[in-house]
Amino acid sequence: MSGGVDSSVAAAVLRDAGHDVVGATMKLWGGESDSGCCSVADVDDARRVAQQLGLVHHVFNFTDDFDSRVVDPYVDAHRQGRTPNPCVECNRHLKFDRFLVRAMQLGFDAIATGHHARVASVDDRWRLCRGADPAKDQSYVLSMLGQDALSRCLLPIGELTKPEVRHRAAALGLRTAAKPESQDVCFILGARGRGAFLGDRIDLHPATVMDAETGMAIGSVDAVELVTVGQRRGLGVGGGDVRYAISVDVGDRRVTVGRRGALDTDVTPLGSFAWVDQPALIGTALRAQTSAHGASSRAIFTGDGLRWAAPVRRVAPGQTVALYDEDDDAVIGSGVA
Amino acid sequence: MTVYLDHAATTPMRPQAVAAMLPYLTEHFGNPSGAHALARQARAAIDDARDAVAAALGAQPGEIVFTGSGTEADNLAIHGRLRAAGPGRAVCSAVEHHAVLHPVESTNGTVVAVGGDGVIDLEQLAATLDDDVVVVSVMLVNNEVGTIQPLADVADAVRRHAPNALVHTDAVQAAPWLDIADVAAAADLVAVSAHKFGGPKGVGALVTRDRASLVPIIEGGGQERDRRSGTHNVAGIVGMAAALDATVAERAATVARVRRLRDRLTDELLRAVPNAIETGRRENKIAAACHLLFEGVESEALVLLLDDAGLAASAGSACASGALEPSHVLLAMGVDRSLARSGLRLSLGWSSTDDDVDLALKVVPEAVARLTK
Repeated sequence: MSGGVDSSVAAAVLRDAGHDVVGATMKLWGGESDSGCCSVADVDDARRVAQQLGLVHHVFNFTDDFDSRVVDPYVDAHRQGRTPNPCVECNRHLKFDRFLVRAMQLGFDAIATGHHARVASVDDRWRLCRGADPAKDQSYVLSMLGQDALSRCLLPIGELTKPEVRHRAAALGLRTAAKPESQDVCFILGARGRGAFLGDRIDLHPATVMDAETGMAIGSVDAVELVTVGQRRGLGVGGGDVRYAISVDVGDRRVTVGRRGALDTDVTPLGSFAWVDQPALIGTALRAQTSAHGASSRAIFTGDGLRWAAPVRRVAPGQTVALYDEDDDAVIGSGVA
Repeated sequence: MTVYLDHAATTPMRPQAVAAMLPYLTEHFGNPSGAHALARQARAAIDDARDAVAAALGAQPGEIVFTGSGTEADNLAIHGRLRAAGPGRAVCSAVEHHAVLHPVESTNGTVVAVGGDGVIDLEQLAATLDDDVVVVSVMLVNNEVGTIQPLADVADAVRRHAPNALVHTDAVQAAPWLDIADVAAAADLVAVSAHKFGGPKGVGALVTRDRASLVPIIEGGGQERDRRSGTHNVAGIVGMAAALDATVAERAATVARVRRLRDRLTDELLRAVPNAIETGRRENKIAAACHLLFEGVESEALVLLLDDAGLAASAGSACASGALEPSHVLLAMGVDRSLARSGLRLSLGWSSTDDDVDLALKVVPEAVARLTK
């Protein structure tokens, strides 16, 4: 229970379905936060909702693991010019591993979260599908889950649309019914931003901005570690056509930019695959989604990446790509660009 | 029915304290600072309570300042002394309660290391003492492990090396178990908290010997001889005195009985649980303290399993969110970070029984076994 409306209603739905439910909040980030998943006010909300629902509520302190499994790798990836998904890594290592193991130790059969996605059992195998609300679907950030985790997790909110979730919360009189959704990365202060967060932790280096067509230096950036492939603002190349970062080379301190067309690609190499059940076969036609809330595109799985049916924008190295079946509903697995 | 072995967190109120308080929550509701009969009645109750608390702590009545908590008493000692002394530095041990540690750290004071047994390093203490030091705070008994600190030696070092310093001791955990009048005689400032010895929560006291001048940290109506403003918590102060009276009267018998229970609990747990480690030296702990490390077990999970099994125990202090923090006490004793997350504090109290120990001896080994599977 993060203290948000989704996990509040998830707890209520399971309680009303007759499950023996205990609420738990993970304390993940020991530093400053806007609200995210970690602030005291959010823990208070989670505890008050649990009390109102008549549930026992615990707080688990996983800050050490969050640092070592999510924050440190996030910082280290940026040092190498990669752009990771900390929410994916948090789900992989904290919610659906550390927390799941803790729940099993304490004698629970399953964990539940407030994610907008659905888990279904078909012929004794577990499937992960998009949530009922297309606008709120979160299957992307769960796309690295496998059979072991899926067999022991419940996602009751996945059957509801966001308005339905808020309606249920209001009907139950839950204090979180109208609470705004958390945005962005929970351990980064909105007011200071990613640059300041990373600047406190790694050395940031200036870099030359190079035009892909001419090979000429046309500008510079203060911090190459903060440039993401696909970015067009803050590249110091004002005037003329809009340019996008199409590659970032931290070692050579160089950002290469090009026109919109140069950002498109036919193939995206992937690694670090995780499969919901069986690995995809080479040549499988599927749909792939390259960001948490973007649309998916048709592609062929090549064994070490994707060949797109039509060119798509380049995926920033470090980003998770979620793979779906051709119906764009069931998750097959995920890879990292 | 829950078995309660978390008396160091708080202990059940003594019936004598509840009985003494009730009239001051009902008909005797006067404000002791007033000028009428109801006020005089309340004033008399506080005067009586002050006499009783002073006698039990080995102080003069005028040396007692009633506060809103043990934490406030500690804060008043550190901040009040720093403000009274002008420029100057505070010094404390690394295993202090945060009520002392944070005031010392936030004023750029010095934190002195402890040894592996949790006892302050007297050589390091002496090395940091000088004319700039105006207050030295070393707790009588540690709240997690139960270690007794050599306060007389600390005071001796302070007199020799830091002539401008007052000696403060946080006696919150000591008060139920040790004769404060004796063991804290060398201290200029002594903090206690009522709810640790069977009084109500929200009442503390600071002994301030004559030579200890303090600038108040709470200003207002000038109560407590201008040392702590705010309308007196009359019922709470009366309850504190009654609880302390009962504690002192029964102390010798309670200590002997609880020590036997604690020894049985500790010895049998050490036998029943492979690789269990007893923290600190038992002969240097208060009679009620049992603190163990269970390598490979996360105490955050352990206390929940014990709670399910009907045993209320503790695994260290919680932060504002309710999450358990790794113990700064164990870290200061040189326990590594992962082992420090495996600590279990079973703290006995005046109401503990053999049945309590029996249940703990059944459920603790079971829970540890389950978590080490």
